[in-house]
Amino acid sequence: MEVEVLLYTILTLCALGVLSAVILYFVAQKFRVEEDPRIDEVEKMLPGANCGGCGFAGCRGMADALVKRDDISALFCPVGGGDCMKAVAAYLGKAAAEKEPQTATVRCGGTCAKRPRTNKFDGATSCAVAASLYVGETACAFGCLGFGDCVVSCAFDAIRMNPETGLPEVDPDKCTACGACVKACPKMIIELRKKWPKNRAVYVSCVSKDKGAAVMKACKAGCIGCGKCAKVCAFDAITVENNLAYIDPQKCKLCRKCVNECPTGAIRLVGMEPLPKAPKAPAAPAAAAAPKAAPAAEGAPKAAPAPTPKAE
Amino acid sequence: MANKLVIAPAPHVQSTRSTASIMRDVVIALLPALAVSTYVFGWNVLAVTALSVAACVAFEFLIQKFLVRGELTLCNWSAVVTGVLLAFNLPATIPWWIVVIGAFVAIAVGKMPFGGLGKNPFNPALVGRVFLLIAYPVQMTTFPVPARGAFDALSGATPLAAVKHGAAADVLGVQELLLGNMPGSLGEVAALMLLAGFVYLLWRKVITWHTPVTIFATMALFAFVVALARGGEGAQLWQFPLFHLLAGGVMLGAIFMATDYSTSPMTVKGSVIFAVGIGVITMLIRLWGAYPEGMSFAILIMNATVPLINKYVKPKRFGVK
Amino acid sequence: MKTFPMGGVHPSENKLSKAKPIEVLALPDTVRIPLAQHIGAPAVAKVAKGDKVLAGQLIAEAGSFMSANIHAPVSGTVTAVDMQPNGQGLRQMMITIQREGDEWAEGIDRSETLVRECTLSAQEIVAKIKAAGIVGMGGATFPTHVKLSVPPGKKAECVIVNGVECEPYLTSDHRTMLEHGEELLVGVTILMKAVDVKRAYIGIENNKPDAIAHLTQLARAYEGIEVVPLKVMYPQGGEKQLIAAVTGRQVPPPPALPIDVGAVVCNASTTYAVYRAVQKNMPLVERVVTVTGKGMKEPKNLLTRMGTPVSALLEAAGGLPESETLKVINGGPMMGRAMVELDSPVTKGCSGITVMSGADAVRREASQCIKCAKCVAACPMGLEPYYLSKMARKKGWEELEAQMITSCIECGCCQSSCPAYLPLLDWVRLGKQTVMGIIRSRAAAAAPKK
Repeated sequence: MEVEVLLYTILTLCALGVLSAVILYFVAQKFRVEEDPRIDEVEKMLPGANCGGCGFAGCRGMADALVKRDDISALFCPVGGGDCMKAVAAYLGKAAAEKEPQTATVRCGGTCAKRPRTNKFDGATSCAVAASLYVGETACAFGCLGFGDCVVSCAFDAIRMNPETGLPEVDPDKCTACGACVKACPKMIIELRKKWPKNRAVYVSCVSKDKGAAVMKACKAGCIGCGKCAKVCAFDAITVENNLAYIDPQKCKLCRKCVNECPTGAIRLVGMEPLPKAPKAPAAPAAAAAPKAAPAAEGAPKAAPAPTPKAE
Repeated sequence: MANKLVIAPAPHVQSTRSTASIMRDVVIALLPALAVSTYVFGWNVLAVTALSVAACVAFEFLIQKFLVRGELTLCNWSAVVTGVLLAFNLPATIPWWIVVIGAFVAIAVGKMPFGGLGKNPFNPALVGRVFLLIAYPVQMTTFPVPARGAFDALSGATPLAAVKHGAAADVLGVQELLLGNMPGSLGEVAALMLLAGFVYLLWRKVITWHTPVTIFATMALFAFVVALARGGEGAQLWQFPLFHLLAGGVMLGAIFMATDYSTSPMTVKGSVIFAVGIGVITMLIRLWGAYPEGMSFAILIMNATVPLINKYVKPKRFGVK
Repeated sequence: MKTFPMGGVHPSENKLSKAKPIEVLALPDTVRIPLAQHIGAPAVAKVAKGDKVLAGQLIAEAGSFMSANIHAPVSGTVTAVDMQPNGQGLRQMMITIQREGDEWAEGIDRSETLVRECTLSAQEIVAKIKAAGIVGMGGATFPTHVKLSVPPGKKAECVIVNGVECEPYLTSDHRTMLEHGEELLVGVTILMKAVDVKRAYIGIENNKPDAIAHLTQLARAYEGIEVVPLKVMYPQGGEKQLIAAVTGRQVPPPPALPIDVGAVVCNASTTYAVYRAVQKNMPLVERVVTVTGKGMKEPKNLLTRMGTPVSALLEAAGGLPESETLKVINGGPMMGRAMVELDSPVTKGCSGITVMSGADAVRREASQCIKCAKCVAACPMGLEPYYLSKMARKKGWEELEAQMITSCIECGCCQSSCPAYLPLLDWVRLGKQTVMGIIRSRAAAAAPKK
């Protein structure tokens, strides 16, 4: 009798399974959506990170747009980069967008040591929440708040908070320049800048538009808008506006002259040795730059001395 | 300035209650029923409860320590509440190892895989109880006869089971049902003490009256209509509904398990729908189902509808007609 | 007893200074007056560095209809018109005046004599209120003349004076009602005339029986003014809650305004300021500020000139308490803004300075949501804070808009009733701001098409 029960059970289940399969088959036929099969193919060629860096909700949306639009030069997958876009364009027989590789760059040098904390934020751990409430834990209204909205936004684990400095650090090898952190930062500190070989970089690590005196009061590493860097730049790459210097990544040739000029060490040099000090240069900037490099070097791959041996 | 100012967005006032104090209140509300149960069934009651609580707490601790490696949340008392509620759903004569298995299922299957307190879709104590009821039907339905302090191994049928098998609904007097002088699970026998717990929870604003009262009303109405349809008259018309309210796990379920925060709807309207569902399903199972009691099944089934209720039943918005 | 229809909480009242009569604070040596101390466009400075000004003289003019005039609170010399940090450390335009004596501009009547008769027309009253730079003094700082300019097609039916003061600790409205009751009632008749209504209600919570008794007795001499005692329940001082409590009518969700249900609501202190502006030509240059807190030696109600540094008020109340942790709040503990810059100035919307010390100053550690639904029950707008907070974290802006996040009045009932101490409102506020931004940009995008 027990064998019978078993048999019946198995048979019933099998019959149910077959019946469901048949129903599902017909339903699938009935509600079938005709879709360009190339969309699937293109989606497979995309990285599949669904990061939204292209402006679409996910890779599927991007693939759909790539297939359906005639002109795809406005579409670019920052994660896959130029190679991926070329492959897709070749498959679709369209012209691909050309973009040079970029990497996210955190433009704030206000470490815990350089920028004294004047109060204690006790709200939800979010830069956006803090930014909508007040100036932040330091007196600088432009600097990094340090609650890590950028870290949360990164789908590639490429940005981490450094507990020593209280600032986020980007791992250029992992960063895909999808721009999620740029959007997440309420202070607009993060910028996508040209990615040089060996992760070299020269940039102004400050976005403060305050006047020099106010910057000095709040932070020892801020740009005071003195304009010395702009004067020495041979490539016209540096502009000073609203008390803030900016190095145009398209014009900059990494000559490093400006780095030695900066009195506060706000111009940051990554992946290269600084130029030897010119004889007329005062000793002060060297002294200011030295302690700045030290704490960053410990945990940061992009800090000045660290990558040099790695590169060789 | 010597000390740094603290700054945070408003409001700058926090609740005087905490998760732990709420859970502690639930345990306090269960104590009178535990005392009566101990008086009715003997010291074994305390042993079962203690074992169940200890096992629940231990499993939660072990899972958090070695599996999820999250923050330890034992001090929020929720594992204790699950332990007591599970024990209240067991017969006093249950073997100790079944209690431990029940606690394991409650915590390791019903609670922690979903993310712990607040995220479990089903009431953990009921998950444990229903698992035991299906896995160990004999042990789970062998109820001791009240022995007034002296432990007695004799087993008896619960009033509901007796009625299921043909006895009249007035098999036990209202007084017996209220005071718990009947065979049954630990916590379901003392309706009066559970009601006292209800009043305490209301006073401490731990729960609102909506869910329990709606369950009572639904069941009473259902039973009344059934009694009317069966041609009952006179005293039968109120005895039948009253019996169904006082017998079995209605009080325990309606007051302590249907009001479980994470497994019940967030709005008053939603709670009423949820409670009506529990009342109807319980009566359907009791009157026409295979089991004499349907409270735990009804709550679990309605637990499954809670996400849906929360999605579609919204509170009345201010200024919207 | 009347109250609003849904939600609400009742935090400890802590009205430490309710029996303290209003004291006049010594004039500060320097005042700083922000150009944006009201909702709407900032005022435009009319003075420059080096100018001599008299107290009560216009120093900044309303930047648009939705803006307010600003007057010099003291006489002296303008020493700067530049960016200065506000209470939250954010730089904004401020006029700095170095005080010299206390010379007042002509035509301002500073005497205590009561002037009952008002022969001005409605337009003249509104114009005077506008000239005096009066804004809502309960904290919202909505320009009063805008409120009193009933848009065409709408009709005001009643004036409601907000004497609720539901915020814990604060007592400035309470003291104003007690000490300037007669003036306040004249102010109510002026408001009634300005919007052409025959009825006015003064809503007062039942924890101020002295104010209820005092005003009820005085109101007998005035026609159409009724004092309505209300059950103590936060946030009854919220405009929509007060209207619902007094008239039973609910203002529809934004963009509807109180006038859509025929109500014009005015705070008690504002009503007193209206009296002074219309009957005494007194611009809004001073207000009563409650300085309070459990750690403060002497909680006080101080009549303070605008622009006075907050630190001067704290000093007058016995100085900051000795404590490891301190939180200084501009306003009450439910909706006030915590400050980092204690030398920042008192503004028109500053009804109190609340100091929290010790354990009160820091939030307890948050644990996970237990779905207790206490926030849903506490929400006076019928929203689901737990869900809004979760969706705001996930940036689900569309869903937030569908769930009416823009109705949120940021009263803080949800967060203050949460047993898991979750920062619900932090996220909901962020979500609301983002959704409002999306709605605005959508409206801006749709506008040129038309």
